[in-house]
Amino acid sequence: MTESGSIPPNPVRTPVYALVGNPNSGKSTLFNALTGLKQKVGNYPGVTVEKKVGTTFSQHGRPITVIDLPGTYSLAARSPDEGVVRDVLLGRRADTAQPDRLVCIVDATNLERNLYLVHQLLDLGRPAILVLNMMDLTAASGLNLRVARLEHELGIPVIPCEAVNGRGILELRLAMSRADLPLSRHRWDIPPAIAPAVAELQASLIENDRKQPLIARAEALLLLTDQDPVRVAGSTPLSEPTAAMLEGWKRRWQGEGVDWSGVLVNSRYEAIGRLCAEVVQRAARAGPAISDRIDAVVVHPVWGWLVLGAIMTALFLSIFTLAEYPMDAIDAGFAAAGGWVKHAMAPGDLRDLLTDGAIAGVGGVVTFLPQILILFFFIGLLESTGYMARAAFIMDRLMSRVGLNGKSFIPLLSSYACAIPGIMATRTIEDPKDRLTTILVAPLMSCSARLPVYLLMIAALLPGDRVPVGTKVGLMLLMYALGTGGAFGFAWLFKKSLLKGAPPLMIMELPPYRLPRMKDVLLQMLERASLFLRKAGTVILGISIVLWFLTTYPKPSGPATPEQQVAHSFAGTAGHVLEPVIKPLGFDWRIGIGLVSSFAAREVFVSSMAVIFSADNYEGGKHGDITPIRQSLAAARWPDGARLFTPLVCLTLMIYYVFAMQCVSTVAVVKRETNSWRWPLFQIAYMTGTAWLVCLVVYQAGRALGF
Amino acid sequence: MSSTLKLSQLAIGRRAVVRGFPGQGPAVLRLREMGVLPGTAITLVRTAPLGDPLEIQVRGYSLTLRKSEAEHVLVDPVEES
Repeated sequence: MTESGSIPPNPVRTPVYALVGNPNSGKSTLFNALTGLKQKVGNYPGVTVEKKVGTTFSQHGRPITVIDLPGTYSLAARSPDEGVVRDVLLGRRADTAQPDRLVCIVDATNLERNLYLVHQLLDLGRPAILVLNMMDLTAASGLNLRVARLEHELGIPVIPCEAVNGRGILELRLAMSRADLPLSRHRWDIPPAIAPAVAELQASLIENDRKQPLIARAEALLLLTDQDPVRVAGSTPLSEPTAAMLEGWKRRWQGEGVDWSGVLVNSRYEAIGRLCAEVVQRAARAGPAISDRIDAVVVHPVWGWLVLGAIMTALFLSIFTLAEYPMDAIDAGFAAAGGWVKHAMAPGDLRDLLTDGAIAGVGGVVTFLPQILILFFFIGLLESTGYMARAAFIMDRLMSRVGLNGKSFIPLLSSYACAIPGIMATRTIEDPKDRLTTILVAPLMSCSARLPVYLLMIAALLPGDRVPVGTKVGLMLLMYALGTGGAFGFAWLFKKSLLKGAPPLMIMELPPYRLPRMKDVLLQMLERASLFLRKAGTVILGISIVLWFLTTYPKPSGPATPEQQVAHSFAGTAGHVLEPVIKPLGFDWRIGIGLVSSFAAREVFVSSMAVIFSADNYEGGKHGDITPIRQSLAAARWPDGARLFTPLVCLTLMIYYVFAMQCVSTVAVVKRETNSWRWPLFQIAYMTGTAWLVCLVVYQAGRALGF
Repeated sequence: MSSTLKLSQLAIGRRAVVRGFPGQGPAVLRLREMGVLPGTAITLVRTAPLGDPLEIQVRGYSLTLRKSEAEHVLVDPVEES
C-alpha cells in the first residue's frame, strides 16, 4: 500500500460562523470582543474587499472560526463589498467556504430596518443567532424590546448585548457552542405575484447550478432584487438556463407591469412590521435625541462649516506637529542603521546596495509612517463617531459638481497629507467608478512630501535672505490651488469620459453619534498600516533597489567625486537621454537625474540636487539647512554660461512636482487597491503627461513674456 | 386632504406619508430596502448646508438622499393640527 492510499484521520471539524449585519450596528466591536487579537486581515482574492477571519473558543475550549463580513443593508448587492457578502453566504466563492452558521447582529434601537437583512439571512436555511446590540441605548430611545417574544417568533436564540462593554458576549459564546443550534421557525409567504417564478428558479438552481434546496430558494428570491447584479471577481456566475429563465420572467413582468422587486421588498417589510408590532413597545421620548441636537449644530448652514473647518484644522495640525518627532526619530534610526552597516561591512557594492539602496529607500517611505498612522487614526475616529457621514452629507453638493459624491471628500482631503491613507480610505465609496476616479485624482492633492521640493524651489527662486513671507506663502498657496484644481478637473473629466456611469446614489444612513472605542480605532489603524507595509513594502523595496542601481552603475573607471559618479551612471545617461524632452521646459540633464531619482519619493529630489550640484555642506535630513544647495543651484550654468535655475525654471519645476506622479508608494498602493497594473500605469502616464504639458506652456509663455 | 407632491418639494420640518414611486431603478430599490415604502411615515428634517442632499427621518433613523433621488418619491403631506 502506498502512502496516498491511506485515509487521513478525520479532523474535528471547526464550525465556521459568518458575522453579518448593517453598517454601524457595532459589528467590528463585537468581532473584536469575540476574537480578541486572534484575527487575520487580508483581501478576498481578485477584489479589494477586506477579509477578516478570527478564532473564538467555545465554552469547552474548542476553536470556532468567525468570518467578519463587510457591513451591508441588503443581500441585493450594489458594491463589491456587498457582492462579497452575498457570494460568501451563498457559497459562490471558491476561496471561502460557505459558512455553516450565522451570527446576525442588529442595532436594537433601529430594529425594523436592521431586521430587513436578517429576514433575507433567515431564508438561507442556516442555523442562526440574533444579537441585539446596543441594548443599553434602547431605553434612552424610548423603546422596550420583548426579547423572549422575539426569540419565540423567530425560533432562534436572541441575545441582548452591549458589545462595547462586553455584556452579552459570554451568552453569545455559549449559544455559538451549541451543537443543536436551531433553524429559524419564522415563515413568511412569498407574494403570489412572484411565487411561480421563485419556484421555477429554485428548481433550475438545484438542477443546473447544483445548489442545495434551501439555498436555492434564498438565491431565487435574491435574483429578483439584484437589479443590476454586481459581478465580483472570484465568484461563480449563474448557469445559462437559470440566467435565461430569469430574463424571461423579467421581460414578462415588464409587459404585465408587475413591479417584482417592489412586491418582494414590501412583503418582507410587512412581515417585519407584524413582528415588530409584537416585540417593540414605544414610549414617548422625553425630547429630541442627543444626535439630533448635535446635528442641529454640526450640519447647520453656518456652524456646520466652522465645525468641519475646525476638525480638519485639528487633523492637519496634529499631522504636521505631532508626526514630526517620530519622523525625526525614524530618520535618525535609519541613518544610524545605514552608518552601522557602513561601519560593519567592507566597502563594496553589496554594502552600498544595503545602505544606499535598501535602507535609504525603505527609510524614505517609513519616515512617512507616523503621518500615515495619524491619518488612519483620524479617519477611524471620524468613522466610528459618525462624523464621516456628516462630512459626506455637507460636502456632497460640492462634490457632485464634478460627478462624485460626498464620500470622496475625506479621502481627497487626507491626500493633502499623504495620498496613501487617502487612497486606502476610498474603500468606503460604494460605487466602483467613483472609487476609481477618486483613487486616480487623489495624488494630485499636494502632499507633505512635496513641501521640501516647494521650499527648496521657493528659496532658489527668491534669492536673498529677506524674502517677504507673503510671497512665499502666496507661491505655496498657488501650488496647492493648482493641485486641487487639477484633481477636481480630472475627476470631472474622468466621470464624463472614461468612467462614465449612472450618477452615484447618496442614499446613506446618518448613524447616531457614538463615543468611539479607542481599542477598536487603534486596532483598525494598526491593521491598515501593517497592510500597507506588507503589501506595498516589497514593491517599494524593489523599486528603491532598481533606482539605486540606476544611479550607481556603470561606475566610472578610476576615482570620481559623487557628482561625476552619478553623471556616469545609468541615471546620468537617462538624464542626457531625457534632455531633449525636458529642455523645452527649461530643465537640463542634471535636473533630469533629479526627476528620475525622485520617482522613489518626491523629497528625494532635494538630496539628489545636493549630490548632483555638489553642495558641499549639505547634511541632508529634514532639518538640513538648504542654504548650501541654494547657493549651488544659483551657481549652476548651462554650457553656454546662461543661468540654469532662473526664477521661471524654479516655478516650472514646482509646477512639475504639483502634477507629476513621483511616488513609488502611491503606485504600489494604487496597484493593490485596483488589483492591476493598468490603473497605476495610466495614472503615471496622465499625471506626468499633464505635468509636462503644463510646464511646457508655462515655461514657453514665460520665455515669450521675457522672464 | 392636501395634494400629493414629490419628496423633493416637501417643506423642511413637514411630516408626510409615502404614496408611491412613479418609476423603478436602483435609487428606488435602495430606498425601499432602506424602509421607505408606500404607507411609511417620514419627516423631512433638514437639508445639507448647500441645500442638497436632504435628511429624512424614517422608521426611527436618519437617511440622506439627493433631491434628484427624492424626485422619484411621491408623498402626501400630513396636516399638522
